[in-house]
Amino acid sequence: MAILHTKNIKIKGMSACVPTHIEDNKKLSLLGSVEEAQRFVDVTGIEYRRMVKDTGFCTSDLCFHAAEKLIAELNWAKEEIDCLIFVTQTPDYILPATSCILQHRLGLPIDCYSMDISLGCSGWVYGLSTISALLSSGTMKKGLLLVGDTTTVTKSDRDKSTYPLFGDAGTATALEFVEGEDGIKFQLGTDGKGFESIIIPDGGFRNFPTQSSFEFAEIEQGQYRNRLQSILDGPSVFTFGITKAPRSVNTLLETFGIEKEQVDYFVFHQANKMMNEKIRTKLKIEPEKVPYSLGKYGNTSSASIPLTMISELKKQLEGHTKQIVVCAFGVGLSWASASFELDNVVCPPIVEV
Amino acid sequence: METRFIELFKETLEIEADTVHLDTVFRELEQWDSLAFLSVIAMIDEEYDVVIEGNDFKKLVTISELIEEIKKRKA
Repeated sequence: MAILHTKNIKIKGMSACVPTHIEDNKKLSLLGSVEEAQRFVDVTGIEYRRMVKDTGFCTSDLCFHAAEKLIAELNWAKEEIDCLIFVTQTPDYILPATSCILQHRLGLPIDCYSMDISLGCSGWVYGLSTISALLSSGTMKKGLLLVGDTTTVTKSDRDKSTYPLFGDAGTATALEFVEGEDGIKFQLGTDGKGFESIIIPDGGFRNFPTQSSFEFAEIEQGQYRNRLQSILDGPSVFTFGITKAPRSVNTLLETFGIEKEQVDYFVFHQANKMMNEKIRTKLKIEPEKVPYSLGKYGNTSSASIPLTMISELKKQLEGHTKQIVVCAFGVGLSWASASFELDNVVCPPIVEV
Repeated sequence: METRFIELFKETLEIEADTVHLDTVFRELEQWDSLAFLSVIAMIDEEYDVVIEGNDFKKLVTISELIEEIKKRKA
């Protein structure tokens, strides 16, 4: 069972970057009439979304700006950064790994450990487990975890089962080896049986892109998408989320003897309001402890947990000590929960590009 | 259970008219769409503590099949 406790680790700071282009779901004709669009917003909680739309920005650009801001705010010397992990499913190229490009672009030393991880919604928590495990022995001291996605590029604007849900964002999280810190506790899981629930069928090496990959097919009445765009099987993902997320959080809490009352905030991957509220009520957590950034940014895939903390908890976190539990779930299917303390964490304002 | 389920089902889809019966093909209801689908999954979880996975749900056609599936899983 994937239970992990990475010790001697402190999360020093978190930053995020979003594109300036805002889309308003209330004005989206794809959703039908004004009333229908309003119902969508009420049920999903997703009102506005940020999109890289026509700017040419990749996830790495958003993460680059988030990282620069955070490094400056922390006053870190770049030559001290030993480790860079980049988590995304929207990399710059098939090869090379985007983390290599980011190492150079950020001016990090060539002695820096750099690696990409391909995970979506669960990616920030998985990335946190990897980087904190790498740092916890103390031979590498400072690490940057860059996590984000520009999934809007992979959505058909004629497919209401995907397009109105997603937004783009990149984040940076700074971690440091600090002897004696309790570090981070994890519970992680995978169920690949559901791999087709969220998938882009063509464009990889299983189904190499061909002419037909670009052809739009009518998937439902009036809804079109091609095979280089993502499919989301809403009901399957919904049942997955409302069963696995509470189970994962409960296992984490029980394994490490954490009482819900000790936790200041539970931060969940921002899927949609109906699903997240279901998870919250199943876990019997008070609404005050569960922040949402869905209304402003939609589902931002792997970026959603740090983005929600920065956007919704900046004031509560800066200059304070808070106990946090996070839980992420989605594409893979993959999920992960973690528990950690944020002590006077640095949270610069969200960067817009 | 049947009457209660139909009541809950109508409430979830905000149906007031007497259009939902045991033999109703629920996907053909005017109010049925992807959001309604999710709401019904959530309602069944809430009321009966049963989660019917998307793929199993897709095989069910009528209201009575839905009720039978819940009973089967409760047993």
